[in-house]
Amino acid sequence: MIRDITIGQYYPAKSILHRLDPRVKIVCTLLFLISLFLQKSVLGYVIAAVFLFGVIRLSRVPFQYIVKGLKPIIMLLMITVLFNLFLTRGGAVLFHKWIFTITELGLSTAVFMAIRLTFLIIGSSLMTFTTTPNSLTDGIEKLLYPLNKIRVPVHEIAMMMSIALRFIPILLEETDKIMKAQIARGADLESGNIIQKAKAMIPILVPLFVSAFRRANDLAMAMESRCYRGGDGRTKMKPLVYKGRDRMAYLVTVVYVIAVFAIGRYVPFHIWIF
Amino acid sequence: MSIKAEHLNYIYSLGTAYEKQALKDVSFEILQGQFVGVIGHTGSGKSTLIQHLNGLVPATSGKLYYEGKNIYDEGYDMRALRGQVGLVFQYPEHQLFEVDVLTDVCFGPKNQGLSPEECEKRAREALELVGFPEKYYKQSPFDLSGGQKRRVAIAGVLAMNPKVLVLDEPTAGLDPRGRDEILDQVAYLHRETDMTVILVSHSMEDIAKYVERIIVMNQGEKMYDGSPKEVFAHYKELEAVGLAAPQVTYILNALAEKGMNIKTDAITITEAADEIMRNFDD
Repeated sequence: MIRDITIGQYYPAKSILHRLDPRVKIVCTLLFLISLFLQKSVLGYVIAAVFLFGVIRLSRVPFQYIVKGLKPIIMLLMITVLFNLFLTRGGAVLFHKWIFTITELGLSTAVFMAIRLTFLIIGSSLMTFTTTPNSLTDGIEKLLYPLNKIRVPVHEIAMMMSIALRFIPILLEETDKIMKAQIARGADLESGNIIQKAKAMIPILVPLFVSAFRRANDLAMAMESRCYRGGDGRTKMKPLVYKGRDRMAYLVTVVYVIAVFAIGRYVPFHIWIF
Repeated sequence: MSIKAEHLNYIYSLGTAYEKQALKDVSFEILQGQFVGVIGHTGSGKSTLIQHLNGLVPATSGKLYYEGKNIYDEGYDMRALRGQVGLVFQYPEHQLFEVDVLTDVCFGPKNQGLSPEECEKRAREALELVGFPEKYYKQSPFDLSGGQKRRVAIAGVLAMNPKVLVLDEPTAGLDPRGRDEILDQVAYLHRETDMTVILVSHSMEDIAKYVERIIVMNQGEKMYDGSPKEVFAHYKELEAVGLAAPQVTYILNALAEKGMNIKTDAITITEAADEIMRNFDD
């Protein structure tokens, strides 16, 4: 049921991507996302696609599993595409009927938008698929560490994030259990209009909130009884250290970004497919 | 009038790294009115198995008949089935949500489409069956003690008037007294109504004296299926898979090995004591 949502979850596998330093993965994902938005050439997207598929292969996460993660955003994707398709004006008019007009620019923006969003989701979910929540927050903490100087509570933010991330699967499982329990009591979650459906969520949301508070309480107690008192003077059991493969990954990504930009700039290849 | 499973297989997260076969070729038949214990270690597939019984988890392959009809047939009324096979989950008190006890217990019958009066009648009957004191009917279920919450949650399922009651570890997290109270209550339910009761547990000791039949699950497979006496005769094999037979089984077997002329199939302490005393009398 609800456990089928794969977006943002860790996928255990043995691959070079899983072993990379989380900082590398965060920075490279950011670079990849930026590269998607700062260029417009067809060839640039081809390179991005090649790069992305290469990384997917390296990650050893099954392709099907990644595609399944796209399901929840299909609606968002459709809306974006439709809006861009009908509301962007420019270039030759390809189609016109009543208030609907499709222009050349509208079509190209819509297509590019769809590709961008898809790549964006796949790219960032690859990061979460290959990085455990704990090492992800470790990476963020280390990356943001300089902000400590201007009194940003970096450690506390990282701790909150790791707790929040840790709780996602727990709460999903809990939701699943509660849903099953209420279905077993004859609850009908599927039929009815939107108001009836929202009402049908009450028997699930109330126990879920109660359990979230209970768990938060237990966790706070457990942390306190282990003398947790924030980040001051706290050391790591496994400090993050860059290794050869991490430098290599940085290099590959930087080369990719340069390639995409160089092509967007110097290769006059803005030709349309038709 | 029975539940009949034929070659049930169930695989979790098919096609991912988390793939796991939770049930392997499980077949059995449970007759109406039986009091059955399902026993197994954590991860043995017992919880998965019972979630098949009311169609919450559809089997990957196999057939499941309730009163002669295969529930996986096209157009089978699953909601009606869920009213017939009442499933009480582990820590059922986590499903409580209403403002007061009575309204919460009414949730099940209300979903069956009964009138408010009928719902309340059913709820009162159910609460009475689980021995919940009437003065707390208008209390918030969140203010109750753990044991009382659990009674309310069980009543929530009973109020649907099921013909089969399935309880998944109804004693988990309760102290010994709460545990005995709940189990005695369940035994009372079975005596008072003609319900089939299926009790899931990982503790032989807990259910040995209550049930008439035990199904032992191990790593997704049905290992033994028989009366407690028959099942406990395999106490050495049970121990090998991490399940213990009741203490008395060990004592009687040890005595028999030392040459005492006694039968080793007693289940309760009283039976065992009688058996040993009989030996001294001879």
